[in-house]
Amino acid sequence: MRKLQFHPCGNFNVSYKEELAIFDTDFGRLWMWIGMLLLFAVVPFISSAYFLYILNTIGIYAIAAVGLNLLIGFTGQISLGHGAFFGVGAYAGAILATRLGFPFWLSVPLAGVVASGVGMIFGLPSARLKHLYLCIATLAGQFIVDYVLVQWESLTGGAMGIVVPSASLFGLDLGSDRSFFYVVFICFVLMTWIAVNLIRTRIGRAFIAIRDNDRAAEGMGIPVFPYKLLSFAVSSFYAGFAGALYAYYMMSITPEPFNLGLSIEYVAMIIIGGLGSIPGAVFGSVFIVSLNEVLSMITEYLMNIGASTGVALTIAPLREFIYGLAIVLFIIFEPKGLAEVWRIVRSSFRLWPFSY
Amino acid sequence: MEGNVRLLINNISVVYSDVIQVLKGVSLTIREGQIVSLLGSNGAGKTTTLKAISGLLKPENGRVTEGSIEYDGKAVQNSSPEEITRKGIIQVLEGRQEFKYLTVEENLRVGTATRWGKPYQKDLDLVYHYFPALLARKRAMAGYCSGGELQMLVIGRALMAHPMLLLLDEPSLGLAPLLVKEIFQIIKRINEEQAATLMVVEQNANMALQIAHYGYVMENGKIVMENSAQELRENPDVKEFYLGTAASGTLKSYKDVKAYKRRKRWL
Amino acid sequence: MEFFLQLLVNGLSLGFLYALSALGFVMIFKSSSVLNFAHGELMAIGAFIFLALSAWAGLPILLAFVFTMIGSFTLGFILEKFFLRPLIGEALIQVIMLTLGLALMFRGLLLFIFGGDIHDYPDFLPEALTIQWGAINIPSVYVAAFIIGILFLILFGLFFKYSSQGIYMRSVADNQPAALSLGVHVRRVFALSWAIAGLVCAISGIVLGIINGINVHELSSIGLKVFPVVILGGLDSIGGAILGGIIIGLLESFTGGYISTSLREIIPYIVLIFILMVKPYGLFGLVEIERV
Repeated sequence: MRKLQFHPCGNFNVSYKEELAIFDTDFGRLWMWIGMLLLFAVVPFISSAYFLYILNTIGIYAIAAVGLNLLIGFTGQISLGHGAFFGVGAYAGAILATRLGFPFWLSVPLAGVVASGVGMIFGLPSARLKHLYLCIATLAGQFIVDYVLVQWESLTGGAMGIVVPSASLFGLDLGSDRSFFYVVFICFVLMTWIAVNLIRTRIGRAFIAIRDNDRAAEGMGIPVFPYKLLSFAVSSFYAGFAGALYAYYMMSITPEPFNLGLSIEYVAMIIIGGLGSIPGAVFGSVFIVSLNEVLSMITEYLMNIGASTGVALTIAPLREFIYGLAIVLFIIFEPKGLAEVWRIVRSSFRLWPFSY
Repeated sequence: MEGNVRLLINNISVVYSDVIQVLKGVSLTIREGQIVSLLGSNGAGKTTTLKAISGLLKPENGRVTEGSIEYDGKAVQNSSPEEITRKGIIQVLEGRQEFKYLTVEENLRVGTATRWGKPYQKDLDLVYHYFPALLARKRAMAGYCSGGELQMLVIGRALMAHPMLLLLDEPSLGLAPLLVKEIFQIIKRINEEQAATLMVVEQNANMALQIAHYGYVMENGKIVMENSAQELRENPDVKEFYLGTAASGTLKSYKDVKAYKRRKRWL
Repeated sequence: MEFFLQLLVNGLSLGFLYALSALGFVMIFKSSSVLNFAHGELMAIGAFIFLALSAWAGLPILLAFVFTMIGSFTLGFILEKFFLRPLIGEALIQVIMLTLGLALMFRGLLLFIFGGDIHDYPDFLPEALTIQWGAINIPSVYVAAFIIGILFLILFGLFFKYSSQGIYMRSVADNQPAALSLGVHVRRVFALSWAIAGLVCAISGIVLGIINGINVHELSSIGLKVFPVVILGGLDSIGGAILGGIIIGLLESFTGGYISTSLREIIPYIVLIFILMVKPYGLFGLVEIERV
């Protein structure tokens, strides 16, 4: 048996295999298993229904955020249409389930496929566009998808939306928060595992090369456009997959939540979490969802107080203000995101007390 | 011709990001009306020296931590580039940093930034007089100009600022030998006709020493040799390592190289 | 035919409003390459300051206007100094996100102070500006917007093309280290361009407010409409912004008149995608010169 490593004392990789390893040490691996055990065996049983609801939302958002980080953080293609792809996934899942009677386990991945098709269509401009221009093209995509969701009433039910049947898997009803928790987090672990491994492959390296300098990548023989499209497809697949889970979880969907605000929220997640870092996407979604919940709790609380004094309604917009403020402060003071904070905290623990 | 001291660098050390020390005690003197050339291999700290003078270290998170830079008797180390350029020190950056989307003439007009609002037509004429090639291209977008034109453009742009001390960073980078000759001739003329003091950082030591009055050789963040250009041209070490014109064509033994290294350490 | 003409006139005047609101946006982009997603909110702030001063504080119109200009100029300055400056050198996406965050902040703040209702300015434009031509009626506001638009177009065009300060601004956008090495006061250029942009935003916000009433949501959605407008014309071309605005305005007006009113809101974005596929840098934008 190979010697277990617990404490890294520098970077002494002598082969590419070591360089590519996900965990530096067996210690890290051990922590991951402990985390998984806690997540699946302990958390669902000690949490209240409300807390489970928050966790499920975080899980769903995190899947989509991981996908967006593949696109923005690793391939460098800025997209402001991720919320729309999420919406496409939600609608595709709902339509497949209601119109065609597809089972849960089939309609969710298929919804991902549909979303990835739509994502590829809006990724087409990336053949010629970069940076700002691409970002605006995806913004246009966001508005167009929004419009289609509202206007194509025969398919999407317009502003009324669609009622989705409760999810079930092999005869098990997944309607409760706790059982859905397992679905969400098994999917989450699986999708994260795929993402982490994807960027260790040839494809991932091509993505990173394109991000760092697409002209040079082209010169090195990487077919840039197909890889950009692939990145759009993969990232929209994640969004669509998460969207379908969302549709099943919410039981009914309307076009309203899938607006530009949601896309902005996703970009905020990965920036606050840390661009180009898979754990970053997770941190970011935890942060944004919790911020959302805390703010709505506070406004609700204040509104209850205010209801008697008559200043009730005016407080609600302050929520938006604080939300924006949080994003702004984060970008100014910690532009590398939570992943960087986490790295610093971890390494200062590891090096303590001799931090040099 | 011992003119007044224009610039005096006194034992400076430059540190990037608080950890990387690039200059380790560099001292040099530039006298009025001289062309001083600074030679050295890649990474010796030549560009950093120039940036320390012109104040451009700051955007790169660098700082002069010790020593002083005196310009006309006043300390200027760690001043902002806005202040330093207004004192008449203009640096021509390495690798032709033209303004791609501005026309040639607009590029030249940016050179008037240090004396905004003053007339500039005479200076434009002067630049076109030195670089007739630019006159023909004055309405062309700089991004579409050739390397030679761009090098003329950036030197001309710096001239527009009425420099008292002009710092040139590798003016010969990526140019054809004939063009290099032309550029250096013009540099010499600028020095003679405009009474400008110049400092030239160069890889092309041969060219630089031909037009310079005085030269410094840098290595590993230190000045290892200094002398008049004439003397430097004759120096056997400089000949061998920078001019590439060793006395004989014979193979040199490893021992000789080591002897040079040892000598250099004591310089 | 009459219907067609009325649509044409509507489209043109709407387009001019778009063009006017795009000017401040182009201003910021030209000098600092920042894509300002808080544009609509900046317009709304200008419009509300003017509202507060003219209707609520009861200042004379001209005085209120001057104070609004000073206020928005200062606001632009402050924005640059405290929010944008720390980000110099960061990646594009961070800057975009910052302006998105600012947009959220402003919107929240404005909704908190002024609420989500539509407010109106007191009438102050002279009726003489109204143009009546056969059955076609162009209200005085549109005429005023047209005059202001043309004035700004000429002013900014001349400023960027010929004035030294304008050339310095463009040089900073182009190559910051080189501009720094020549003694261009980069920080001053950034601050100035944001301040001027704030001022222009306030003017366009006021004009839009006179026409449509002042409403936070309305103005911020027009702020997003700026994107198809400027992309169509090319992000850094003022003439292009005007033309882009007019094209988008006409498109909206005719789509609304002949096809469907719901498609009207979305047609600029559809056109935008097609334009970008054919001409990636817009109709008049600078082609990015890239050398590896």
